[in-house]
Amino acid sequence: MTTSHDAPKPAQRMEERLYKNRYLVDEGRPHVTLRRRAIDSDELKSLVRLCPAGCYTKVERGRVELSLDGCMECGTCRIVCQATGEIEWSYPRGGFGVAFKFG
Amino acid sequence: MSEHFDAIVVGAGPAGNSAALVMAKAGLKVLQIERGETAGAKNVQGAILYADALERLIPEFRDEAPLERHVVEQRVWLLDERSHTGAHYRSDDFNEDRPNRYTILRATFDQWFAAKVREAGALQITDTTVTELVRDEGGRVIGVETDRDGAPLYADVVVLGEGVNGLVGQRAGVRPELDPQHVALAVKETIFLSEEAVQDRFNLDGEDEGVVIEVMGSVSAGMVGTGFLYTNRESISLGVGCLLSDFQETQIPAYVLLDRMKSHPSIAPLIRDGETKEYVAHLIPEGGYDAIPNLSGDGWAIVGDAGQFVNSAHREGSNLAMTTGRLAGETVAALKREGLACNEANLKRYRHALEQSFVMKDLKKYRRLPGVLHGNKHLLTAYPRAISQAMQTFLRVDDVDKRSKERRMMSQFRAARGGWWNVFTDALKMARAWR
Ligand SMILES: Cc1cc2nc3c(=O)[nH]c(=O)nc-3n(C[C@H](O)[C@H](O)[C@H](O)COP(=O)(O)OP(=O)(O)OC[C@H]3O[C@@H](n4cnc5c(N)ncnc54)[C@H](O)[C@@H]3O)c2cc1C
Ligand code: SF4
Repeated sequence: MTTSHDAPKPAQRMEERLYKNRYLVDEGRPHVTLRRRAIDSDELKSLVRLCPAGCYTKVERGRVELSLDGCMECGTCRIVCQATGEIEWSYPRGGFGVAFKFG
Repeated sequence: MSEHFDAIVVGAGPAGNSAALVMAKAGLKVLQIERGETAGAKNVQGAILYADALERLIPEFRDEAPLERHVVEQRVWLLDERSHTGAHYRSDDFNEDRPNRYTILRATFDQWFAAKVREAGALQITDTTVTELVRDEGGRVIGVETDRDGAPLYADVVVLGEGVNGLVGQRAGVRPELDPQHVALAVKETIFLSEEAVQDRFNLDGEDEGVVIEVMGSVSAGMVGTGFLYTNRESISLGVGCLLSDFQETQIPAYVLLDRMKSHPSIAPLIRDGETKEYVAHLIPEGGYDAIPNLSGDGWAIVGDAGQFVNSAHREGSNLAMTTGRLAGETVAALKREGLACNEANLKRYRHALEQSFVMKDLKKYRRLPGVLHGNKHLLTAYPRAISQAMQTFLRVDDVDKRSKERRMMSQFRAARGGWWNVFTDALKMARAWR
């Protein structure tokens, strides 16, 4: 078991991994938002590693930041943080978000 | 009051499509709502399609559906870090008129399936997310709210085919929140090669034959999970999934597992020079029989992944989605025909029909498996390594005599599990979970 919340270096940068995916971005209407607490919970920090699209990153002073650019709407972060209440999760408006070409 | 429907179906995956198709064919006034830009735009599967479940709905599907390859060979590979031990089964019998399994790509397959639902007479709207169930004063479900402007949409029954991460049912309290032990997170790439390369690398005769490989052992890094590699016409679907609770424990990112699998010496040559054109992630229900929620109530029913209908031991999900969708659709159609209400008591017929079908029988058979695997992770690591060691001892030719080799193999096996007693109890546990 590791204690670090930094994502390990993968074989490929996340942007490269995701850049062939197709997204219809709903500007200004993120479908996942953070409800910040004074200190980020361990669950929230763990998303730096658990989110398959690398949407959660660690920034200064150990805080977690969310950028939904590559989000595949899998729901992992919603389930992981259900108890802490730090994540407000809904589906994007109809038609927006990821659009799989092959699935 | 806005238009009233006999049934509203949430979702255009295999479960929702099957339910909507059956009800529309029976002459019901059906509205189907899908949040994707098209049906399939949000959906992920390996993907093996099991023909039987679809054939019961659309007998002529082989002539029309976008199918990739029919499966002529199944491989099961146990990986350790540098090796694989495998069982292969290929038969020319699988080159039959009506093959039993195909590979598909869900984005195109779901669009085709949804078009069949429209042809049958259902009204379908895409680009629309259902946000809530609407209830009357008595608590009966009478329709849905969507994110489009306008009044709620009303129906006698709402069929929830919203998939594993279904928020509508959860918000309405008709199904519980997901437990990280009851879902797997899977990631997958679609890797393009030429048609000839797929055929050469997998020893396939022509553009229709396909191979599927299920991968266990080191791919899941000690977590409960598996990998897969399936041949499409001119691409490879390669993915890996493990229980979310195990990812939480190990903190290994899913894409790191995927990269490790892709670079494994037994797998890398199969995808060499391929071009990844998509990377996707999705959850898979893994809770089995004991995680199935209430399946119906006053004015509502749940079908497919939303009801945890996946048989993970056999990697079946889409067929359970189609079968649960069909049985729910048939139940509603029968109630309508008999002039009966879609209330809690009458919709119990759906659960009853499921109990009679392979769906519940199979899920019941494997109800212990999730628990056994969860509590015995060594089954997934110790044995692949021990088997690999034994194979090497057996195959390397040197000056050690065969009897000594056999003794060494046995002791390696025993050592892998710290004694024969443990090997024995492992076998017993697995046998009971499989019984
Ligand atoms: C990586 C992976 C590999 C798999 N491999 C196989 C395999 O090889 N063979 C197999 O049989 N099964 C496999 N499965 C399982 C299979 O994909 C599922 O069991 C199946 O897709 C379930 O169908 P469904 O219709 O219940 O749900 P889904 O296919 O998830 O469909 C749900 C639909 O509802 C829509 N929706 C959700 N919420 C809303 C809303 N609020 N409003 C409007 N629309 C909404 C979604 O956009 C989606 O179209 C695999 C799954 C994964 C993730
Ligand atoms: S839904 Fe999935 S992909 Fe999107 S941010 Fe959450 S964990 Fe990441």
